[in-house]
Amino acid sequence: MRSVAGWTAVAAAGLLLLPWYVVDNFWTFGWVARAGGTAHAPALLQALLHGKAWLLLLFLPLAGILATRLPREKAGFWVALAGCTGLAVLLLQGFLFRHPNVTPAGWPTQAGMGYGALVTGLAFLMLLCEGLALRGVCRGDGFTVSSIGLIVATIAIFVFFPILFILKSALQDNAGNFAPALFYAQITDRSLWGLDCLVSSVRCGVAWNTLFLAGLVGAGTTLLGLAFALVATRTAFRFKGLLRVISVLPIITPPFVIGLAVILLFGRNGGVTTLLYDWFDIPRSRWIYGLPGIFLAQMLAFTPIAFLVLIGVVQGISPSLEEASQTLRARGWATFRTVTLPLLRPGLANAFLLGFVESMADFGNPLVLAGNFEVLSVKIFFAVVGAAHDQSKAAVLALVILSFTLAAFYAQQRWLGRASYTTVTGKGDAGLPAPLPPMLRWLCYAVVAPWTLFTFAVYATILVGGFVKSLGRDYTPTLQHFLTGFSVSMGERGLHFTGSAWDSLWTTVWIAALAAPLTAAAGLLTAWLLTHQDFAGRRAFEFGTLLSFAIPGTVVGVSYILAFNVAPFELTGTGVILVICFVFRNMPVGVRAGIAALSQIDKSLDEASSTLGARSATTLRRVVAPLLRPAMVAALVYSFVRAMTAVSAIIFLVTAQYNMATAYIVGRVEAGEFGLAIAYSCVLIAIMVAAILAIQLAVGERKLGRRSAGDLALQGSA
Amino acid sequence: MAVVEFRNVFKRYGAVTAVDDVSFTIQPGRLVTLLGPSGCGKTTTLRLIAGLEMASAGRIFIGERDVTAFSAAERDVSMVFQSYALFPHMTVLENAAYGPTVSGEKPERAKEMAIAKLKLVGLDGFAERLPSELSGGQQQRVAVARALVLEPQVLLFDEPLSNLDAKLRRRVREDIREMQQSLKLTVVYVTHDQQEALAVSDRIIVMSNARIAQEGSPRELYEAPRDRFVADFIGDANLVEAEMGAHQGEHAPVRIGGLDVRLAHRGVAPGAVRVAIRPESIRLSLEKREASFAGTLRKAAYLGTHMEYTVVGPVGTLFVVDHAVNKPLAAGTAVFVSLSEQGIALVPG
Repeated sequence: MRSVAGWTAVAAAGLLLLPWYVVDNFWTFGWVARAGGTAHAPALLQALLHGKAWLLLLFLPLAGILATRLPREKAGFWVALAGCTGLAVLLLQGFLFRHPNVTPAGWPTQAGMGYGALVTGLAFLMLLCEGLALRGVCRGDGFTVSSIGLIVATIAIFVFFPILFILKSALQDNAGNFAPALFYAQITDRSLWGLDCLVSSVRCGVAWNTLFLAGLVGAGTTLLGLAFALVATRTAFRFKGLLRVISVLPIITPPFVIGLAVILLFGRNGGVTTLLYDWFDIPRSRWIYGLPGIFLAQMLAFTPIAFLVLIGVVQGISPSLEEASQTLRARGWATFRTVTLPLLRPGLANAFLLGFVESMADFGNPLVLAGNFEVLSVKIFFAVVGAAHDQSKAAVLALVILSFTLAAFYAQQRWLGRASYTTVTGKGDAGLPAPLPPMLRWLCYAVVAPWTLFTFAVYATILVGGFVKSLGRDYTPTLQHFLTGFSVSMGERGLHFTGSAWDSLWTTVWIAALAAPLTAAAGLLTAWLLTHQDFAGRRAFEFGTLLSFAIPGTVVGVSYILAFNVAPFELTGTGVILVICFVFRNMPVGVRAGIAALSQIDKSLDEASSTLGARSATTLRRVVAPLLRPAMVAALVYSFVRAMTAVSAIIFLVTAQYNMATAYIVGRVEAGEFGLAIAYSCVLIAIMVAAILAIQLAVGERKLGRRSAGDLALQGSA
Repeated sequence: MAVVEFRNVFKRYGAVTAVDDVSFTIQPGRLVTLLGPSGCGKTTTLRLIAGLEMASAGRIFIGERDVTAFSAAERDVSMVFQSYALFPHMTVLENAAYGPTVSGEKPERAKEMAIAKLKLVGLDGFAERLPSELSGGQQQRVAVARALVLEPQVLLFDEPLSNLDAKLRRRVREDIREMQQSLKLTVVYVTHDQQEALAVSDRIIVMSNARIAQEGSPRELYEAPRDRFVADFIGDANLVEAEMGAHQGEHAPVRIGGLDVRLAHRGVAPGAVRVAIRPESIRLSLEKREASFAGTLRKAAYLGTHMEYTVVGPVGTLFVVDHAVNKPLAAGTAVFVSLSEQGIALVPG
């Protein structure tokens, strides 16, 4: 009941003290002095002085809570009702009275919701949740209900609401009129679905191009990743540490940098091309621009992800299953084909889906390498930022990508079906994994070895490229690129960061550092709710968090600019929207890492804690979090790194004030300043390596005593 | 004054009813066992007391307070888990001091309280160890100490002996009972082992198919089972058809396979009835006795302390326990069956 009083006070503070509408530079507190004005007034003053009388309705639920004094059992219903009413009024008024462009003529209009509205809305949501908890929902635990409420609300606003906006914009013309005919014309356009390339030399539709490329990359990365995973786990390969390095490098590399390196190797003036020309008289050509180049670059960029997914699954296969197969007279190849491979199905499906979605969403590599081979993500980009500024077309194209990835997601779920592939049990498994059949082993080696060399060639290019004048033409060593980007000079008032890249670098680090802990917290909290709590609608909740993982970044970017451009959620152009974008883009990975770790931690530990009088928040902090350290490191590292390297979503959201490193680099590439782009990428990679080490150091190891290596110790019974 | 009271409590998971209209009261200072086969709802009932599950309908009271909508942390109960659920990253002392620490006690005070209870279970010398460095029996005692530190109104045990080996089980069982009696604790204890239940309990609540089948003292349950389920579940019982004559006060004559016995009629009307005969109440002999019927010995097994026989006779197949191990009977022998005075009860349901 104390928390009810607390949230009532917070709601009141939001209504009485904070500026109700969006204000610039909130954190400099300039609004305090101007709190009476139209722009900066809190809700009460807005209602009384500035003609926003409907805001008074928001006081009703609070008055209701304060007026009634009820015993606990009855209070629950009324508190929940008050919270629910408050939320409904808040949203209704927000969507009824909006920007002059979207509100019918003659209606009152208002600016986007600001911190006052945010705080009040949050307090109403918490009142709703606390009320439900008082009624015994989620075993009467306020923290659990509030967490679920908060995550559902934010996912609804930042994942589903923008997607709805894509649908809406696709059905409208650029003036905002309902235009189903235009939608039909755009969605069936020949430039999307044309199949002319099969019969003539005319190009095929963009949709087919994208689908073909994504399928190719998905299958390619999965197979290559599987080969790497098998070599790493099932052979006596000497240099497994090397595979680890290769698997991490591309993840901390901004994706299109690989495309750039591919050009520098295989382009008309590329290193390899020149060698081939000099030694074998093979003529220089532009073959790399188009499907081959994009495919190569995306394979390099996304194979490590498939490898990381598959190595976990290969390691997870219980050796005793393979031993059982062998004792039943199945020889090496038969065991692999009938036991090992089928057990890999979830891993293969996941790896394929990841490669497929990443390829569809990838924007940097096609931008650099596409040539005449058009793909959807690039077309969307130019529809939004190009001269045409055709939002309706962008929405239609985004809808096409989205339906491809959702179809793949659906097919994956269907293919896996209802069978359980869990092979990691609590019991110790003393068996030995089956060795690979010789044929397969040599095949894996034959694939892995050259690819490893190739990867190193690419990274050598990136490294060298930053330090020479112009790769492919002029190999004079120089620090010029670093100086242009990162020069520092001593002025009268101390240090001046005069380099052209400093602004975007500071913004990037700052935003990544803000987003990483939020992402990890949201992801792990969701994982904890999914694994250790039981509540109605858990399946739907899980599906919702998984779904955002199947939405390509390009689509997210477009949907955000469509949804958050006008009131009530006016966020475009701020740093906040970048942080939010990263949190919801990368949260699914935190959820996955958390679920994997949490399913090893017995539920009875939570229950023991709560019967000893600890509330859920305390349990989470004292019992669950210390046992989750490895997952926490993974989530933090991943979200930080992704925030530093992402391009596809944020390229739509950056502004001059909040420019991100990757967007800046894309700009340099477009301007042909490859040296600077590569030098900047090197700096980013160095920062990320330092950050990963720092995170590992800060979070630390978990202590479980002598038997920390075994998962058994985690089950509380040991 | 009851410490725990259930009033018409239901727990449903979708279409499945795990606890079906259960009502009972538990008096202070008693050890009450929830007994039943797996899946009967006994563990769910225990978790409903703890607040780890919420009742779908009905009301739950602890110490006269309606706690139906209270979370586990708000209820004055602690629980010893089947897996012990010791926090693997905390030492024995940190585990024991967890309750007072999270309830806002000062660290020194929490430590004192923890050490007092660790002394009680004889583990104060192990305070700095991690749970993984203790044996199963020691871990169990830490779990008990941790649950005792807050001195809850009710202490709950969820199959506390199931992870211990057979030898240790009897000792730990006796320790728990002794501590409960000396500290006058109110304990609710879940087990599927009827022997364990008979040995430790003041009262037993037998559950079957999510309902209470019978509630009573161990002796009541064994000697006057309410229905065939309870008769069969508490100890072994031969359920046979019989014929009852007219009531004579509390008792009535009953004819079983041609033999006459006098049993408490327990309100059952005269006519065809069912009786439960305990295996040790059946006597076998090679010579014909006065009150006996003939049967054939089908199986014989030697179990050290006793013989187990299977006999086929006019009332069907009988399971017999005979402590005369020095005079074993061979399978295939023709035998005469007689009944002792005790260990036969009418089964109403």
